[in-house]
Order: sequence, then C-alpha cells, then structure tokens
Amino acid sequence: MTALVLLDHENGAIKQPSRSAVAAAAGLGEVHVLVAGSGVAAAAAAALPGVAKVILADAPAYAHALAEPLAALLIALAPGYTHLLAATTANGKNVMPRVAALLDSQPISDIAAVIDADTFIRPIYAGNALATVKSSDAKKVITVRAASFDPVPATGGAAPIEAAPAVDCPSLSSFVSSELSKSERPELTAARVVISGGRGMQNGENFKLLEPIADKLGAAVGASRAAVDAGFVPNDYQVGQTGKIVAPELYLAIGISGAIQHLAGMKDSKVIVAINKDEEAPIFQVADYGLVADLFVALPELAAELERT
Amino acid sequence: MKILVPVKRVVDYNVKVRVKADGTGVETAGVKMSMNPFDEIAVEEAVRLKEKGAATEIVAISMGVAACAETIRTALAMGADRGILVETNVELQPLAVAKLLKAIAAKEEPGLIILGKQAIDDDMSATGQMLAALLGWAQGTFASKVTVDGANLIVTREVDGGLETVQLTLPAIVTTDLRLNEPRYASLPNIMKARKKPIETIKPEDLGVDPTPRLTTLKVAEPPKRLAGVKVKSVAELVDKLRNEAKVI
Ligand SMILES: Cc1cc2nc3c(=O)[nH]c(=O)nc-3n(C[C@H](O)[C@H](O)[C@H](O)COP(=O)(O)OP(=O)(O)OC[C@H]3O[C@@H](n4cnc5c(N)ncnc54)[C@H](O)[C@@H]3O)c2cc1C
Ligand SMILES: Nc1ncnc2c1ncn2[C@@H]1O[C@H](COP(=O)(O)O)[C@@H](O)[C@H]1O
Repeated sequence: MTALVLLDHENGAIKQPSRSAVAAAAGLGEVHVLVAGSGVAAAAAAALPGVAKVILADAPAYAHALAEPLAALLIALAPGYTHLLAATTANGKNVMPRVAALLDSQPISDIAAVIDADTFIRPIYAGNALATVKSSDAKKVITVRAASFDPVPATGGAAPIEAAPAVDCPSLSSFVSSELSKSERPELTAARVVISGGRGMQNGENFKLLEPIADKLGAAVGASRAAVDAGFVPNDYQVGQTGKIVAPELYLAIGISGAIQHLAGMKDSKVIVAINKDEEAPIFQVADYGLVADLFVALPELAAELERT
Repeated sequence: MKILVPVKRVVDYNVKVRVKADGTGVETAGVKMSMNPFDEIAVEEAVRLKEKGAATEIVAISMGVAACAETIRTALAMGADRGILVETNVELQPLAVAKLLKAIAAKEEPGLIILGKQAIDDDMSATGQMLAALLGWAQGTFASKVTVDGANLIVTREVDGGLETVQLTLPAIVTTDLRLNEPRYASLPNIMKARKKPIETIKPEDLGVDPTPRLTTLKVAEPPKRLAGVKVKSVAELVDKLRNEAKVI
C-alpha cells in the first residue's frame, strides 16, 4: 500500500497542516508526497522524515494551485497509489473531492483518526458526533484534520526527488488576483497559543487590545464568525465549524459567547481560557479558566500582568 | 442563463444534536429540520443574479426523503421558479448527489450551478467540487463574491490566507461561503405564491444513477466531554494559574 500526499507549500517551506497529513499517511503504508507549483523547490519536502519519494510537478499551470490542473495531475499519478491525501485546508478541500469524483470514489473528508486502511474516524455535526466510517472504494481520497495528528518534523529525512509527468488540462479557470492578510504572527493552524476575539470586541480597532498579549505569548489572532461578518477582521481569522479548526496548547476566547459552531473549531485545545462579561455564556462550559469581566478592563490588565513578570 | 441550486434538508443549525444510545447515528426524530444555511446563501445569490438580469430561471433541487419538498418550497418562497425533488430513502452521499445532479444538468443545461460549500450535518464539503469534475466544468469554491462577465464568471474565494479571485469559463460551479450575501426572509405573499410553483418528483432510477453509499458508518459516538473548569476572580489569578498550574505560559 502506498499513499500520496498533496502538500501545501509557501516560500519553499511545507505548511504545518500538510506535515500532519504526512503523519496520518504514515499509518497507511509507504508515503510519497507531491509538490506542485511553478518555480518550486522540492528540498523541504525531501527533508520530511518518513517520506519515501517526492514527486515534483513544476509547471506554470500549477502556479496558483487551481483545482482543475491539480486534479488532472493527481489523476495521472493515481494508478500508483491506494490512498490520496491532503490536509483539510482551503487547497485540500478544493482539490481532493474533484480528484475523488474522477476516480469514482467517495471522499473521506476531514479524518481525525486512522483505524485501518479502509476505516477512519471523522467528526460530523460540527464535531458533536464522531463517525467511524469504512470505505468500499478501491482508492481512498482523504482530507486530514491537521489538529488531530501531530505533524512530522520539518527536517530529518532525505527522500529522492522525481519529476512528475507532463499532464494536459483544458484551461477552464484562471487566476486573477489575491488579497492575502499580512501578519508577522504564527499561522492560526500552527500556533502554540491562539487568542480570538468575538462580537464583544465591538470593532476592528479594539482588536489592537489583543496585540500586546499575542506578542507576549507568541500567539496567533483568531475570531468568531460574528467578528468576521461585522468586518472587524478578515475572513481568514474565523475559527469554527466552517472556518479553521485549531487545537493549540492555549486558546483564549475574548468576548465570544461559545456557539456550537465556534466550539467545533477550538474545543480540542489543551487549555481554554474565556473572558466574558456574561457569566451564563456557554463558552464557560468548556473553559478551564473562566474570568467573568469586562474585556475592556481585563485585556489591558492581562497585557500589564504578562509584561510585569 | 438558467441556474440550478441544490438545497439540502438538514438538522437546524440551532439544534444541539444527540448521538443515539445504540451508536447508529444521531437523533433526528422530532428534531427541527431546515435548509442548509449555505444553501440559503446559494438561493439568495441566484435570486440576486436573476434580479440583476444575469439569470432567467432558477431551479431548486433537493434529494432525499419526501419531506425534502419542504426545503424546495422554502427556496421557491425566496424566489426560485420551480423545483425538482429526487426522492429516495437511501442515504445519499456526495458522490451519489453529484452523479444525480450531473444527470439533471444534462437535461436542464444550466449556465451555472450554485451549491453550499458544506452541508452542516455531514460536514463533507465535497459535492460541488465533485459535480464540477463529473461535468468537466470549472469550479469557484468558498465564494464571497460572484460577478457574471459575458461568457465568464469572476469569483472571489475565501482561502486560508485571505481572499483570491479567479475567472471561470461558463458553464461553471460555485460553492458559497458565509460572506457572499445575507439571505432574505421569504415574505408572506411570496410564501403563498410558492405554493403554486411546480415541483417535479423523480427517483434516482429515472436518472440512471445507483445511489448506494460507498462509506458505511460502523459507529457514531459522542466526542470526549470537556469538563468546565474553574472561574478565576482576577487577571492576576488567571496568569498565576496559567503559569503555575496549567504551565502553558
Ligand atoms: C452555517 C453556520 C456556520 C457558522 N460557522 C461559524 C464558525 O465557523 N465560527 C464561528 O465562530 N461561528 C460560526 N457560526 C456563527 C455562530 O452560530 C455564532 O453566531 C457566532 O459564533 C457568535 O459569535 P460571538 O460569540 O462573537 O458573538 P455573540 O454570540 O454575540 O457573543 C458575544 C459575546 O461577547 C460578550 N461580551 C460583549 N461585550 C463584552 C465585554 N465588554 N466584555 C466581555 N464580554 C463581552 C457577550 O456576553 C457575548 O457572550 C456559524 C453559524 C452558521 C449558521
Ligand atoms: N441531498 C442533497 N440534496 C440537495 N443538495 C445537496 C444534497 N447533498 C448535498 N447537497 C449540496 O451540496 C452542498 C455541499 O454538501 P456536502 O458536500 O455534503 O458538504 C450542499 O450545501 C448542497 O448545496
């Protein structure tokens, strides 16, 4: 059994969720990885421990990770594999179901555990239930919930690199532009600490109150859907069932009520702190440490307390 | 241009679902059902495109038990023109739904199909991409903005790092994200009018599709329960606990 993992990469580095996907694949058999892009290097992929082979697809068609050419590439490679995987990222979710349909296979989305080569556990209903599912398809197409698998280290391996075959794909779509949030902070899905603000923050300006705390703790900043919808912060901050799933060592929920859909994205965090002025807020039912307080008083105090010691 | 909008009947997003004691699934008896929220966004977008003159007809499609007709009625009340119910008691998974939609698309010849990015019950986030593959069409997933530009569609997508805009050749597939629009409430007169709009009922066999599920659910279990911790009285106590008890800072 051999598994192929489609990697997300940026500036030559392999994204952490993809390193979790490699960890999940290691439970299935020999692991090969695919790096696709334009002018990309395979060195970081080759350095992943446990990888037996890197396939490098370097062509202009892959420059923007459009689903149509990437799916065509994976289909061309599929005959050599029993399992095709990617992390449950925007890229993985975009590409893998397209691949599955072309293989007449039902994708197994967002797995949280591997039981055996055909059997997996995946959360359903916003993580309120865990389904154990068995696939009857010849080829399994899988996305991996990164928060559920410890990523393999970024270095230590030395896999051989092979060039992917050239694959034709009718051009159905083209890249126009992107507007990416710029931040010096760690990425939400990779951070050891996450501090998220909700509707209680009242506006985007107030999110600055989170910054000194995030600086001190090396945290990523996230948000509830309500804060994103209200335009306080960009869409990529959203944590939850339909946003990003995070499981940091420490998650701080500030002015967030704790709706099911938000909890779905953070309740596997190791330690949860909630600051909310409403002592009945459901977030307190999952918080290890709850502080009933006005966030506009508590946040400056917290920043000062962290600064002081 | 004709637009197809697949709408799924799901447990309402406000319901806290319970796992059945025998571990075969979640409790759905007597539970409030609604249209998948992302599909409401899809219907709204189709109606807006029609209002702008970019679309001529909107067909809402739902697949599953007979009660899915109610979900179609909701779409009709929001402004869809007619409905197609693919009725079956078989559990439908995204591959089957995509095949059934492909067969309907072959007959209806739409210019655009707008789906939700994710059904909030199975959380698969797969059907739209699969349908695009089966039809050989372009896909614009997780859309937060959609504009028709002649023979093309310009779609802004919510991606992990922010936003990305792509151009798709029509016909195409779009899946909706939360920020695409705010769905309207159907007015009473429109709810009345929707009762007279036609819904055609067909079976998977009529479309030549075998809907047998490929994934068998062996067990459904409750996730480990998280216990509520303690309330702290002050910021100083919080920092002390994080440092000396939880040892995470
Ligand atoms: C299809 C669908 C998908 C969704 N997906 C997501 C998702 O992925 N992620 C997500 O987060 N949500 C999601 N939601 C939305 C979710 O249901 C809630 O509406 C949302 O999480 C609420 O955000 P909030 O807690 O910031 O706002 P609110 O529920 O309004 O809570 C604000 C909180 O702030 C507190 N507060 C106010 N002022 C202060 C103050 N001065 N000091 C301290 N506390 C204060 C209040 O007491 C309150 O508890 C989804 C909903 C749907 C229907
Ligand atoms: N049974 C169904 N009937 C109609 N539409 C569906 C059905 N299942 C899935 N869909 C569509 O596919 C989208 C994504 O669903 P999923 O891939 O299951 O997350 C939904 O938002 C609907 O638009």
